[in-house]
Amino acid sequence: MFKKTTFAAALLAATVLSGVANAKTFVYCSEASPEGFDPGLYTAGTTFDAAAHTVYNRLLEFKKGTTEVEPGLAESYEVSDDGLQYTFKLRPGVKFQTTEFFTPTRDFNADDVVFSYERQWKEDNAWHKYVEGGSWEYFAGMGMPDLLDKVEKVDDMTVKFTLKRKEAPFLANVAMPFASILSKEYADKLQADGKMNQMNQQPLGTGPFQFVAYQQDAVIRYKANPEYWGGKQKIDDLVFAITTDASVRYQKLKAGECHLMPYPNAADVAAMKADPDLKVAEQEGLNVAYLAYNTTQAPFDKVEVRKALNMAINKQAIVDAVFQGAATPAKNPIPPTMWSYNNAIEDDKYDPDAAKKMLEDAGVSGLQMKVWAMPVARPYMLNARRAAELIQSDFAKIGVTVEIVSYEWAEYLDKSKAKDRDGAVMLGWTGDNGDPDNFLDTLLGCDAVGGNNRAQWCNQEFDDLVTKAKEVSDQAERTKLYEEAQVVFKREAPWATLDHSLAIVPMRKNVEGFVQSPLGDFAFDGVDIVE
Amino acid sequence: MFRFLLGRLAVLIPTFIGVSIIAFSFIRLLPGDPVALLSGERVMSPERHAQISHELGYDRPIVVQYFDYLWGVLQGDFGTSISTKEPVLGQFMQLFPATLELSLCAIIFAIVLGIPAGVFAAIKRGSVLDQIIMGTALIGFSMPIFWWGLLLIILFSGILQWTPVSGRISLMFFFPSVTGFMLVDSLLSGQDGAFTSAASHLILPTIVLGTIPLAVIARQTRSAMLEVLSEDYVRTARAKGLSAFRVVGIHALRNAMIPVITTIGLQVGVMLAGAILTESIFSWPGIGKWMVDSVFRRDYPVIQGGLLIIAGLIMLVNLIVDLLYGLINPRIRH
Repeated sequence: MFKKTTFAAALLAATVLSGVANAKTFVYCSEASPEGFDPGLYTAGTTFDAAAHTVYNRLLEFKKGTTEVEPGLAESYEVSDDGLQYTFKLRPGVKFQTTEFFTPTRDFNADDVVFSYERQWKEDNAWHKYVEGGSWEYFAGMGMPDLLDKVEKVDDMTVKFTLKRKEAPFLANVAMPFASILSKEYADKLQADGKMNQMNQQPLGTGPFQFVAYQQDAVIRYKANPEYWGGKQKIDDLVFAITTDASVRYQKLKAGECHLMPYPNAADVAAMKADPDLKVAEQEGLNVAYLAYNTTQAPFDKVEVRKALNMAINKQAIVDAVFQGAATPAKNPIPPTMWSYNNAIEDDKYDPDAAKKMLEDAGVSGLQMKVWAMPVARPYMLNARRAAELIQSDFAKIGVTVEIVSYEWAEYLDKSKAKDRDGAVMLGWTGDNGDPDNFLDTLLGCDAVGGNNRAQWCNQEFDDLVTKAKEVSDQAERTKLYEEAQVVFKREAPWATLDHSLAIVPMRKNVEGFVQSPLGDFAFDGVDIVE
Repeated sequence: MFRFLLGRLAVLIPTFIGVSIIAFSFIRLLPGDPVALLSGERVMSPERHAQISHELGYDRPIVVQYFDYLWGVLQGDFGTSISTKEPVLGQFMQLFPATLELSLCAIIFAIVLGIPAGVFAAIKRGSVLDQIIMGTALIGFSMPIFWWGLLLIILFSGILQWTPVSGRISLMFFFPSVTGFMLVDSLLSGQDGAFTSAASHLILPTIVLGTIPLAVIARQTRSAMLEVLSEDYVRTARAKGLSAFRVVGIHALRNAMIPVITTIGLQVGVMLAGAILTESIFSWPGIGKWMVDSVFRRDYPVIQGGLLIIAGLIMLVNLIVDLLYGLINPRIRH
């Protein structure tokens, strides 16, 4: 009876599908609902996938599959000799999407760029507070308000950014989702109609897909932008089917209800690889998990003690137990997919006996310490509790007694910042823009002590290197500085670097052209379904 | 009757205020700061934190915040979600029909199967049938919803491919929402196969959400029936030579239904709790999933608004159940 009904439905489905001239629909089983559709207002990757990578473009874009930037809505850019002025030449003839809710009358120009930045930056901009309780978290988080001096329209096709100080990672910031370019003409119309909220509900940009509809917590629909400057897409429609449970996503993928899914359960990956209808893409994620000692407190203020503890941790065992192999042990604070990763560095060898001796030589015995374990699974650490238990038993072998502590997530983030915090905190980071500065200075710089620098570690030599690397714009020179900084990091051991997890993307076998992003984005331009 | 109604309504007001205080204050007792969560691992500067807290009004004394909130609620303003920046009431109205549709189907499923099962078990007391029904009910009652849902998906959607895995309707159907009830909207859309698709998507979630109420109703019906069947008037009815159907179906069942209806009323709360898990498994876009997400985000306005509206609905259902007693049993007519 059931079978008959399903068969009838399938038959019906086939008829309907053929009726719409074989439109190619790509279904992505996304992991959560977007918070909204204005990429400037939010920080979640899900929101960026749903808005920034579909509907919008930026002046510069990350080259597919890399963390390098390439021209986007700007055809080219020039940096002044003093490194303070960036002049972008805009791409001519770029059209904003024509949708049911808006028809543009002009092409993309410098006004759109100035508007897109000023709304996040200038408090007197009418759009600065257009949604109740809205704030520009990423714009603020990347330090843009302190960095920008002026954003000026030189002519219709030229925009000049003036910075207050030299900052090489600025170019990577310009390619980030929050820097998406919106249509000023659309914004003016919404403002005139008194419907400003619509900007966050019905997005309109220059990107490869245009927004059609969103049914809350269920489905987001897009169709290919026929006038996309990068060429029309091979698929006609793109659908996000929001499916929060990873096991259910897997079942949907198996049943052919979606073509691609993010974040599988580690335990399912082997079966996925064995399934003849599926294929699995893997890449090291742009992330790191670490254990940060409080380097301002005895005995963790001694390098030898930190080194000894690092040597006592069996990272491979953690990777095996927590990730079932879907991660690699980390030796540097930045992941291997990032430029300037110093592969010449040798990791501290796992050697409990040597570690024990080193600890004794440092005059430490009967050490009792706390290890903080996050209460939630994060991409870089799926099960912090399990990892902490392994570390606990590793440390027991060298005579160190560990008490594992945990707090509710928000409280954990907050308490672990305190300068007088005890023990070692497990945490991690997922890169925002692919620039090493986003790891090394953000997490280990002197300015971040009491904040993101959970090791409370301020080393002048290291800090000078990363500060200097921020100021030079030549990438080869920056690479050298960052490589050197990693040497200092390894020598001083403020963290035990634990792992870089793999990003695993299962998809139907007939999916072609999907390129995994090291930044963890899911973008579907260039994707095709072959029959 | 009218006086009774007024009396009940008068009790509802303090209850509602009590709920509002609990909803408002308990969330704030939970550790975790909604403002800090906005930036996740990316630490927010103390100045920025203070500024956003101020904009959201969280730097004011809690009593002031409460009365401000209550004043808003009385005017129908339940606040704005911190994470999505959308009005809470609007989101609730958009999502609630999905939960209601699923809950109605589940409760109908539970009643339609639970009452006959309980009656049969009572009539055939001690028989193998009774043992099987009550054994199954016990298993159903103890089944973890999450596991049960996944099991059904793997069997019926994965292996047998009889039912769709999740969602409310096949993605190929796309029509505007009129009532919010997919079964109704799919009929209104006039698209071929839409109703069948919506109905097939309802099967597994209905079974999963209806399982516990089904078990409870079956057990309650059985024990109520057993009690009634031993009453004198049932013996009299039998002695009069009435058919077994009339004795059980008319005389006994009607009286046995009183505690059962109470139970069904109480299941509404259970269902809303169950909906949270069921909706998560089946990617069902209802209020259960919405509430859970907001707890993790410490989205105060959504949690307190959602709790308040749900509590209000449960009170309303209980009121209706009380009124139903009177209809079924004239002795309790107020």
